[in-house]
Amino acid sequence: MVTVMTKGVLLALLAAALGMGAMAQAEEVGDYVLPSSRAAALGQCVEATEYMRRNHYELIRHQRDATVYGGIRGTDHSLSGCVSCHVGYDGSGAPIEINAKGQFCRSCHDYAAVQMNCFDCHATVPQGESWNHEVSAAHAHLKAFSEAEAKVR
Amino acid sequence: MKRIVYREWLVQPQRYWGLLAILAAVVAVGGLSALYMEHHGHWVTGMTNSVVWGMPHVFAVFLIIAASGALNVASIGTVFDKKAYKPLGRLSGLLAVALLVGGLLVLVLDLGRPDRLLVAMTTHNFSSIFAWNIFLYTGFAAITIGYLWTMAERKGHRLQKPVGTFAFLWRLALTTGTGSIFGFLVGREAYDTAILGPMFVVMSFAYGLAVYMLVLFYTFDADGRPIGPAMLKRLRSLLGLFVSAILYFTLVYHLTKLYGAKHSDIEAFILINGGFYSAMFWVGWILIGGLLPLGIIYHPELNQRRDWITAACALVIVGGFAAMYVIIIGSQAYPQEMFPGHSVLQFGAPGDVGGRVAPYSPSLPEFLLGIGGVGLALLIPAVGVRVLQFLPESLSDRDIDPHASARPAA
Amino acid sequence: MNHETESTNQGRRDFLSAAMGVSTAAIAPGVILHTPEASAAPRTDPVTDVHRWGLLVDTSKCAEGCSACVDACDRENGLNLQAAPLGDDAMKWQNQRATWIRKVKLQDNLSGQITNLPLMCQHCEHPPCVDVCPTGASFKRADGIVMVDSHTCIGCRYCMMACPYKARSFIHEQVDQKLTRAPRGKGCVESCNLCVHRLDAGDLSTACAEACSAEGHRALVFGDLKDPSGPLRQALAKQRTRQIRQDLGLNTGVRYAGI
Repeated sequence: MVTVMTKGVLLALLAAALGMGAMAQAEEVGDYVLPSSRAAALGQCVEATEYMRRNHYELIRHQRDATVYGGIRGTDHSLSGCVSCHVGYDGSGAPIEINAKGQFCRSCHDYAAVQMNCFDCHATVPQGESWNHEVSAAHAHLKAFSEAEAKVR
Repeated sequence: MKRIVYREWLVQPQRYWGLLAILAAVVAVGGLSALYMEHHGHWVTGMTNSVVWGMPHVFAVFLIIAASGALNVASIGTVFDKKAYKPLGRLSGLLAVALLVGGLLVLVLDLGRPDRLLVAMTTHNFSSIFAWNIFLYTGFAAITIGYLWTMAERKGHRLQKPVGTFAFLWRLALTTGTGSIFGFLVGREAYDTAILGPMFVVMSFAYGLAVYMLVLFYTFDADGRPIGPAMLKRLRSLLGLFVSAILYFTLVYHLTKLYGAKHSDIEAFILINGGFYSAMFWVGWILIGGLLPLGIIYHPELNQRRDWITAACALVIVGGFAAMYVIIIGSQAYPQEMFPGHSVLQFGAPGDVGGRVAPYSPSLPEFLLGIGGVGLALLIPAVGVRVLQFLPESLSDRDIDPHASARPAA
Repeated sequence: MNHETESTNQGRRDFLSAAMGVSTAAIAPGVILHTPEASAAPRTDPVTDVHRWGLLVDTSKCAEGCSACVDACDRENGLNLQAAPLGDDAMKWQNQRATWIRKVKLQDNLSGQITNLPLMCQHCEHPPCVDVCPTGASFKRADGIVMVDSHTCIGCRYCMMACPYKARSFIHEQVDQKLTRAPRGKGCVESCNLCVHRLDAGDLSTACAEACSAEGHRALVFGDLKDPSGPLRQALAKQRTRQIRQDLGLNTGVRYAGI
């Protein structure tokens, strides 16, 4: 009985140590959010952080087709939303290209050695956005207006 | 008829490796040109928003239609049961695949996004003749390789006729499809006509045969294999027929366009006042590619001489490139007529072209890319005939057709 | 392909609700339907074929020497950010850079009369560029906008060969500067998309028409070809219009008065 318990405790300790190690590693690897970006002030991304790490491309790609063919831009999963929230700023407050060395997208993709070609065509700093999650606040009063109008109808 | 013996190409090693080195260098230069164009973008070529297909397409389309034409020699033996053409079949199949690969490579490397080739292979829009051609081209290569197997493998002999017939029908579809890439374009004056499909088929007969004959003469001369006068006569008469057919189709094409008043401007451009393009038409397409080779082929003395027939083949090929240049580039340089009865005084910014002839001067890289495709189309058979038994030991009349020697040669 | 089917089905469903909406509007005519602000909210459902967006060009109002529409389009869609590659010929570059809308000046061969007009993608109902595209990247959205899905465009330029209006541009160079709303990259083809990002955000306007009105010319009217009471159909009802290359039977979404 005693031996069984000892073994159990040992196993638990081992598991805890491994778990801690893994967590420490995950934090170290995953923490590419730049302090200067708006994302730094938020608790989590548009989905759970761990989910975003693994599945952000699936979300972006799904959104891409919804946008191109369906004209749906007003969701959380747009690439322009990613850029707008995760882009870092230099000392003078100017945005830094998100695919530049050391910036959010590039750092992690470099670490994971995954090619990224979104920015062959897409803007790397928020400039001339039409609509995304971030700028929706600016549209809020319009939204209220149209909702009011819908009620009238 | 004696049993035909095929042998690997037995040219001296120095000469062989020298040839391979030259062809490999040509292919390498083509590859580097493609990389250069890809790295910088298409602004380094002569292509613009007016002339969107340039020199690479001239080479690619020529090679692709020559590919289907090169297979014709095998078809004549298998499908039409002309026994004298049977020994020519293997080289015909090899050359067809090689020319196709060369042409397709040029076409693919000229894409704006060649890295997305996978998209082209997996996403299809079947209302596009281009999408159909992707299947026609890959299918052609696969069928021709199968056809070669039936020719080379005893077990496959009984399949030779059905496979050969299928390959023949497939190549007709392929060339019609290639011509239809242009023929189905309603928005451009020079295209928008069904005759381009059959015209490309006839052109493929001539260009493919001319390339075939040049390769045959070169390889046979290089290791001293004989070609009998009767065989020579067959091939040159066939070439004469095909070249005449091109001239006939060219005539009908232009007569059709000339008859409608609305096409008189584009006809005047191609035939009379198009400057370089008119010259390319008359001197290149008609004279060099048509009348001169016909003159040689039907000249009672010159047509007995191998070097003159070789020259006739070369002229047909040069004329073929000129014809492609006029069809592909001349037709794009001519302005699209959007406002009948009006002259276009201004069309966007000053260099932006509309309502007048678009300038186009091919840049070196795009030309070298095209030449690289030709290099690959020759490199493949150069390796093929050396390592496998593609070439018959002899094409002397005695070996091919014992009765021929009894008849006068010409 | 799936997307189109989905949106078509969605279109049928939406058609009923929209029809109900129209009848409501007919009952209560006081409700504002066409002011941009009224519907300025990003859409959450896929676009449908309830609307078909289009333009009317009144050439008699198109002023000579005015380039307000072209300039506005350049700014709206980041076309002014294009830079000529170092070493390219200046005139050649004008024919290599992307141009979505251009001013065209015509002279009648008989009478010598001058006509000015803006020329852009005509947003055909049966677009030749869509027919010829091997990958389906060139497509027509359910609401009639013809555009390019740059994610599947391989840069073959067959659409440019097929377009009767020279409306399409190939990106010949590396693009460094671009706007979030107008992605642009080397090796793909693009053309006017009727300021689709505005429409999707609920803003029923295009940069060209807005600029033309701001100049006081009002030669361009943007609107819904399917809405009989909308501004476009109202304007179309007032004068004779035709399509450029009407002989091709493409049923363009852009109509011209006075040509």
